[in-house]
Amino acid sequence: MSYRAAYVIVLREFKRFFRQRGRLVTTIARPLIWLFIVGAGLTKIIDARSHGSYMQFMLPGVVGMTILFSSIFSTISVVWDREFGFLREMLVAPVSRVTIVIGKLFAGTSLSVLQGMALLFIAPFIGLGVGVKEAFIMFFLTALVSFSLTAFGLFIAAHLTSLEGFNVIMNFIVLPMFFLSGALYPVGNLPAFLRWVTFINPLTYGVDAFKHVLLPSGGALAAEFPFVLDVIYVGVFAAAMTLFSARAFERR
Amino acid sequence: MPIIEVKDLVKNYNGIEAVRGVSFCVEEGETFGFLGPNGAGKTTTISILCTLLSPTSGRAFVNGCDCMKEPHGVRSSIGLVFQEVTLDNELTAYENLKFHCYLYGMTRHMAEERIDEMFEVVGLGDRRNDFVRTFSGGMKRRLEVARGLLHRPKVLFLDEPTLGLDPQTRSHVWQFIGELKKKEGNTVFMTTHYMDEAEVCDRIAIIDNGRIIACESPEGLKSSLKGDTVYLRTSDDGLAEKELLGKFGFRPMRLESGGLAIVVENGEKVIPRLFDGLTVTVRAVNLKRPSLDDVFLRMTGKEMRDSNGDRPAGSQAGGRK
Ligand SMILES: Nc1ncnc2c1ncn2[C@@H]1O[C@H](COP(=O)(O)OP(=O)(O)O)[C@@H](O)[C@H]1O
Ligand SMILES: [Mg+2]
Repeated sequence: MSYRAAYVIVLREFKRFFRQRGRLVTTIARPLIWLFIVGAGLTKIIDARSHGSYMQFMLPGVVGMTILFSSIFSTISVVWDREFGFLREMLVAPVSRVTIVIGKLFAGTSLSVLQGMALLFIAPFIGLGVGVKEAFIMFFLTALVSFSLTAFGLFIAAHLTSLEGFNVIMNFIVLPMFFLSGALYPVGNLPAFLRWVTFINPLTYGVDAFKHVLLPSGGALAAEFPFVLDVIYVGVFAAAMTLFSARAFERR
Repeated sequence: MPIIEVKDLVKNYNGIEAVRGVSFCVEEGETFGFLGPNGAGKTTTISILCTLLSPTSGRAFVNGCDCMKEPHGVRSSIGLVFQEVTLDNELTAYENLKFHCYLYGMTRHMAEERIDEMFEVVGLGDRRNDFVRTFSGGMKRRLEVARGLLHRPKVLFLDEPTLGLDPQTRSHVWQFIGELKKKEGNTVFMTTHYMDEAEVCDRIAIIDNGRIIACESPEGLKSSLKGDTVYLRTSDDGLAEKELLGKFGFRPMRLESGGLAIVVENGEKVIPRLFDGLTVTVRAVNLKRPSLDDVFLRMTGKEMRDSNGDRPAGSQAGGRK
């Protein structure tokens, strides 16, 4: 493990992120669209039959969505680097594969945490109170979820050789992961075969953990799994994906 | 002990035999060239030596380290300029170099010193804070060579370092590599499919179809040829071919680019005889002392494609099929 190398890999990802205007704008706009356009409409229908407001219910889901898109999208840089050859500049350097993977993981994770945590500033405007304690817990949770999803993205990206393939993955894995995570509706109401998907989906547990912290307990829209299960599942998933992705960068 | 040692290297890409049993040694301080047409297996060999690829069989050592078992040792003693550009366009020239320095574990102080020095050498100091995407092909190449040298590698690998550059920039890049080598004294392993570029090497391995067919100094290769090459363009190559064989006893070679070539002992004396003896009209004739082009032609029976060297006027005029 070489810290200097890991540092500069992270630094590069940050520079690229803040230099890409389009990515920044999308990052800010997407959660707002979901909350205030989709959420505002649905809130009127759903409120009558449940306790909390739907817009409040959506906040943990939107945090999860932002982390999901950001984490997976940040690993596109691996595909990008491969396509434009830059990956080889890293692979011939006297730096272990683990260092490269950790660098990419750390960069993707911190960018996701940054974006996920920024959404908490919306909470007061939709009537949710987030104190220092909640923010603190959310910080660790977003870090854990971001890390696991970045590792998952890295594992996928290590096997892809084209940006086209990445778009396919985006549509066939990432979107279902989002819809079937409990971000938009409680997963308990889903038909059985879809419920199985939600049980495997790490984002389900991530979003559920956020609900534990951000939403009042009880009611149809509250968290559905035990908090401890959420944390353990995401943690194990993160560890497995880190191992797999480190292995995927070995030479062929 | 040689700094690069390769024994019976074979690489098979799911059925495509890219390298079919290659062996050679490179001594410390040498400039060693791999010369061969596209698809000969040059990049594949370099990738194995640089630990980016595992061979199907055979062994390779760089600086005493086994490329398969001790990749870390190999990686810390080499610098590599890839065939295609591998700079980050979204970073500035300076940031690209800094990335490299840190990747190789240099301290900030040392990195700044080396970067300044390298900008000086490649003459890009005034563009250091510009994004690489605004650079021309030649500037990118120079920056890549600078990057490959930042960590003072014992062996510098250059995979077609002048590919896609205009002739002027090409000679500029070579001049620059030559000067650097004089200063730093490192071993250079380069590949090219330009004949004229291979002449700067101490030794050249001619590689075709995954096999080394000759490995010697440029002079040695040329002197092994003995004789001049006469290039002919005629009104009827087919007939000329028959006549050359029938009347003169020469064995002409058909050039892919059109025209014929014969190898004779004394070209000056033969040419007048050809004009007298041939019934076909001779449109152009060109006499050439042995060059690497001819070596390749003789060894493989085909012309080196895309060679931009001082080619006979006759064959240059010919169109491609
Ligand atoms: N990744 C690959 N998969 C399959 N075939 C390959 C791959 N890379 C190279 N080849 C094939 O191996 C041969 C040698 O290629 P290469 O080493 O790139 O040649 P050169 O660098 O001399 O032009 C070519 O026939 C090429 O098509
Ligand atoms: Mg090549």
